[in-house]
Amino acid sequence: MSSLAVRRTKDYAVKVISTGFAVVALFLLVWILFTLVQKGLPALTTNVFTKMTLPPGHNGGLLNAIVGSLMQIGLAMVIGTPIGLFAGTFLAENGRTSKLGHITRFVNDILLSAPSILVGLFVYAFLVNPFGGFSGWAGAVALAILVIPVVVRTTEDMLNLVPVGLREAAYALGAPRWKVVTMVTWRAARAGIMTGILLSIARAAGETAPLLFTSLGNNSWSTDMSAPMASLPIAIYQYAGSPFDDWVALAWAGALLITMSVLFLNVISRLVLSRTK
Amino acid sequence: MTSAVDPNLSVAAAVSARPDAAPAPTKIKVENLNFYYGQNHALKNINFEIPEKRVTAMIGPSGCGKSTLLRVFNRMFDLYPGQRAEGSVLFDGVNIVGKELDPTIIRTRIGMVFQKPTPFPMSIYDNIAFGVRLHESLSKSKMDERVESCLRKAAIWEETKDRLHTSALGMSGGQQQRLCIARTIAVQPEVILLDEPTSALDPISTSKIEDLIDELKQDFTIIIVTHNMQQAARCADYTAFFYLGELVEVAPSDVIFTNPKQIKTRDYITGRFG
Repeated sequence: MSSLAVRRTKDYAVKVISTGFAVVALFLLVWILFTLVQKGLPALTTNVFTKMTLPPGHNGGLLNAIVGSLMQIGLAMVIGTPIGLFAGTFLAENGRTSKLGHITRFVNDILLSAPSILVGLFVYAFLVNPFGGFSGWAGAVALAILVIPVVVRTTEDMLNLVPVGLREAAYALGAPRWKVVTMVTWRAARAGIMTGILLSIARAAGETAPLLFTSLGNNSWSTDMSAPMASLPIAIYQYAGSPFDDWVALAWAGALLITMSVLFLNVISRLVLSRTK
Repeated sequence: MTSAVDPNLSVAAAVSARPDAAPAPTKIKVENLNFYYGQNHALKNINFEIPEKRVTAMIGPSGCGKSTLLRVFNRMFDLYPGQRAEGSVLFDGVNIVGKELDPTIIRTRIGMVFQKPTPFPMSIYDNIAFGVRLHESLSKSKMDERVESCLRKAAIWEETKDRLHTSALGMSGGQQQRLCIARTIAVQPEVILLDEPTSALDPISTSKIEDLIDELKQDFTIIIVTHNMQQAARCADYTAFFYLGELVEVAPSDVIFTNPKQIKTRDYITGRFG
């Protein structure tokens, strides 16, 4: 065989293999989504949004879990977004050369890939144990710790994409540094930063492990952040493994709900990005 | 200015149309200025005077230090650790190179327009108002007046008056550059630094900016860095030629382009190197 034929054969082989695995990946994804919709959609009745989690056979819903999730994620974003935003800004604007910048970036990368159950255990040790029990506060803090590294990373990356010339132009008008950052650099990167924040919400929405030891879950209606609090991932975790058909169906409905919200956030973030390009 | 056959001739033709090189008081005086990028000695013992309300061009091949000098005048180099200037630059008699003076104050009095247009991601109106709000608090009507007068001075009012509140990013490159000039004069500086302001623009936009430079020198001292010798000849009353970090020669433009004293200057303007 000539060397050209060998190359062509290799090229063809690599193409077939990579296409094949792409199809496998896509197939798995479609299979998951298909199963989710098949099992979740019939269970997604109005009861899900209007009734509490009830004992098996009582036509319960997921209202307390939905509200609990919203409250904990909302608080997590209130805590995590500013910290992430400012830390990311520090890394992009001051931290390129400073030692503190290098350390922060390194630790943030670790946190970004840290197992979320570890974050749950950490909050358990520092917030649940010493303060006398599981609470919505602790759940929100655990989620915030997951939100922060995502926001830090995207904020830094997006700010680094802002041309140096734009910063210099603002300085050239006699603007002090903080105004350059807040009025020009943030503004120029706002679509990307928004996307990072939306994606971090998506991440927090699906996490179960950090909530297991922190907000625990709650089968009745509660909006008291200092008491154990229900959440969708925990409800799914409890219900999916139960022997009761109606509970299992509710678990699928909850899973579909989370997936749709995450999908929705992803689509929104893409729209935000493409509109400003 | 269309023939590229004999650059020396066309430059000379342009110069003859510039009688405005009469003496003027000194606005900026550079004394024994040295500049370093880390270990790299980029400007070597520069001595140079810039006259008030005249256009001074700085020309020379890439890397000769002309942009570096421009960025000393508004302390832009302060933003980068490792860059430092020694010697003095007297602006109305006050040394602006030392650390005593706040660079934001210097930059308010010495504005700068960059090579690439840099509109801020906000409306045309806010692009102008941004710099003004940093230093003054004007009423809505005063601000409207200021925005209009700056856009008029930058010869861009007619094109923008109906879309002041739309994003500046939707303008053409030439319009963006005139907006940047309008934004710079809105802060009411005394000196305007232009760093190759037309090198990213088409010929028509370029000639608009050059006309504008002619207008602006009524009110401002203008220093322009350019790679285009015809542009220096057309716009500048004085031209300074830099080579390898040294100031080779500075003279009225008609002298430097028709009868330079230094052989290096002559070789450069006749296109033998650079």
